[in-house]
Amino acid sequence: MTPPTSTRGATRIAEAVGDAHVPRRRSRGLAGLIPWLFLSPFLVCFALFTLYPLVQSVVLSMQTTFGPGATRFVGVSNYRGLMQDPLFWTALRNTAVYTLGSLFIQLPLALGLALGLETPNLRGRGWVRLLLFSPSMVGVVFAAMMFSLIFEKQTGLANQGLRSLLSMVGVDWSLDFGWLQQHVMATLIIASLWMYVGFNMTFFSAALQNVRKDLIEASVVDGAGPIRRFWTVTVPAIRPVAGFVVLMSVIGSFQLFELPFIMFNNTAGPDNRAMTIVLYLFQNGFETGDLGYASAIGWALAVILVACAAVQRLTARGEEAAT
Amino acid sequence: MSLRMTRVLAWIWTRGVLLLAAVLTLIPFAWLVASSFKSNEEFFRSTLLPVENRRIAWERLTTEPYARLFREMDFSRGLVNSLFLSSVTGIVATLCCAMGGYALAKYKFRGRGLCTALVLAAVLIPPPLIIAPTYQLLYRLDLLDSFAGLILPALAPAFGVFLFRQAIVSGVPNDLLEAARLDGAGEWRTFVMVVLPLVRPMIGTFLMVTFLGMWNNFIAPQVIIQDPARFPLSVAVAELRRGYYNDYGLQMAGTVVSIVPVMILFLVMQKDFVSGLTSGAVKA
Repeated sequence: MTPPTSTRGATRIAEAVGDAHVPRRRSRGLAGLIPWLFLSPFLVCFALFTLYPLVQSVVLSMQTTFGPGATRFVGVSNYRGLMQDPLFWTALRNTAVYTLGSLFIQLPLALGLALGLETPNLRGRGWVRLLLFSPSMVGVVFAAMMFSLIFEKQTGLANQGLRSLLSMVGVDWSLDFGWLQQHVMATLIIASLWMYVGFNMTFFSAALQNVRKDLIEASVVDGAGPIRRFWTVTVPAIRPVAGFVVLMSVIGSFQLFELPFIMFNNTAGPDNRAMTIVLYLFQNGFETGDLGYASAIGWALAVILVACAAVQRLTARGEEAAT
Repeated sequence: MSLRMTRVLAWIWTRGVLLLAAVLTLIPFAWLVASSFKSNEEFFRSTLLPVENRRIAWERLTTEPYARLFREMDFSRGLVNSLFLSSVTGIVATLCCAMGGYALAKYKFRGRGLCTALVLAAVLIPPPLIIAPTYQLLYRLDLLDSFAGLILPALAPAFGVFLFRQAIVSGVPNDLLEAARLDGAGEWRTFVMVVLPLVRPMIGTFLMVTFLGMWNNFIAPQVIIQDPARFPLSVAVAELRRGYYNDYGLQMAGTVVSIVPVMILFLVMQKDFVSGLTSGAVKA
């Protein structure tokens, strides 16, 4: 085999360096290149389409733009304006309500379902798991299309279904119940429940495999009831995964956009009640055309999410130190 | 209450709750599919399936929404666009991430620590933060309203490099790499013939994740693509809601067409996919 004379392509060099007959001294310089060659496709794309935009978003957030071309430097006034922008606070509050809704309604339900699926001798376990997980494969846009009609007055499945169910117990449910008009947050939280409860359940299910059977048996022998057993054996075992699931839910929920955007026909809903942070970012950047203000909103979002991640890390570390 | 009684109640309770959850998950799907086979008139007349004299009146359902979708509105274009965008992104992004993860997992070189830290830190960047500057960048590169403008930014998800790094660290023994090199296999051959087969479950999982990511992506094509001939399904479906607001069957048929390919893929891949997805969280 001939020693490498050209540097064309990773393959050529890689083959040459891998060959035991090539003298060590000649190959050392090239061998050092190999990891970089493996990394290069990623690094190039990453630098161009993640790092550069990240830096540029700092610059942009200090500009006012009229479309992508025309920019004007305005310093920190975007951030100052953001703090005084009532719509931004509306967006922040709505997003926070939605996030808390997903945390405190969705995650306990997900854990409950995961625990239910652990029941011994359960028939059809695999099918239920698969079915409950499947909505998370559906894109948010498509789920939003479906739910926008499900929650319509008169014709929607939600009102019709509730009406026929509740009529059995003698309650009259109005077909004019305004899900999309008056109960915006409830509607969004219910829709997200359908989309993600099975997804989160799957993570809890995986975590429950870590619960040690011998500890369960020992606690049964010691006479601990199911509730006590849950808190002393199950919870400590699933804690790391639970922390991860909570963080993922917070990060995902704070980026809510498509669901309200589609359900409320490209608007923020009645009285901006479905306004979310990313929806506001989108409106400013791509409807008004001010990419600068949109970037400032993006940074506000990033700061919130990094703070949440930091809190999660610190509590996780604190718990590790405590045990 | 006796112990036996409690057990029986628990038995019923668990199965009842699980059954309810399964039914509540299934009903919107069923309603969606049923609605997609209805004329507007029928949509108003029946909730799920049309019933006459205690039997299902199949003849009142119609395939007309689908016919209109594909004949009048060229919806197959959106389908082809989505398939193309998602496959290309999935395959190339998976390869990029597997190569990068391999380098970080199995080579010692100056800058490795920095690269790993970079990848970990990048996981924290929320995608909406870089939408506006990316749009500006694509404008400057003259890539707006092109497939390249959608695909290129999706090729280097940092969490993919991290996932492959983890999978290769734990799943590829160094001895095997040494053996391959002693046998005269080059670095690239070692990667393709030894490393990739060993992390096959991760490849499947990540292909699925990146494919789905592009298929279900709405905000990027909504912002970047102008020409309706280049719309992927996500935007094409949203357009149905704008342009055919009162045409319920049509909207639901478009949604079904957009969901079915993904569901088929999911059913084929589900075993590896679900376990691959959770493995990172549980091990961490």
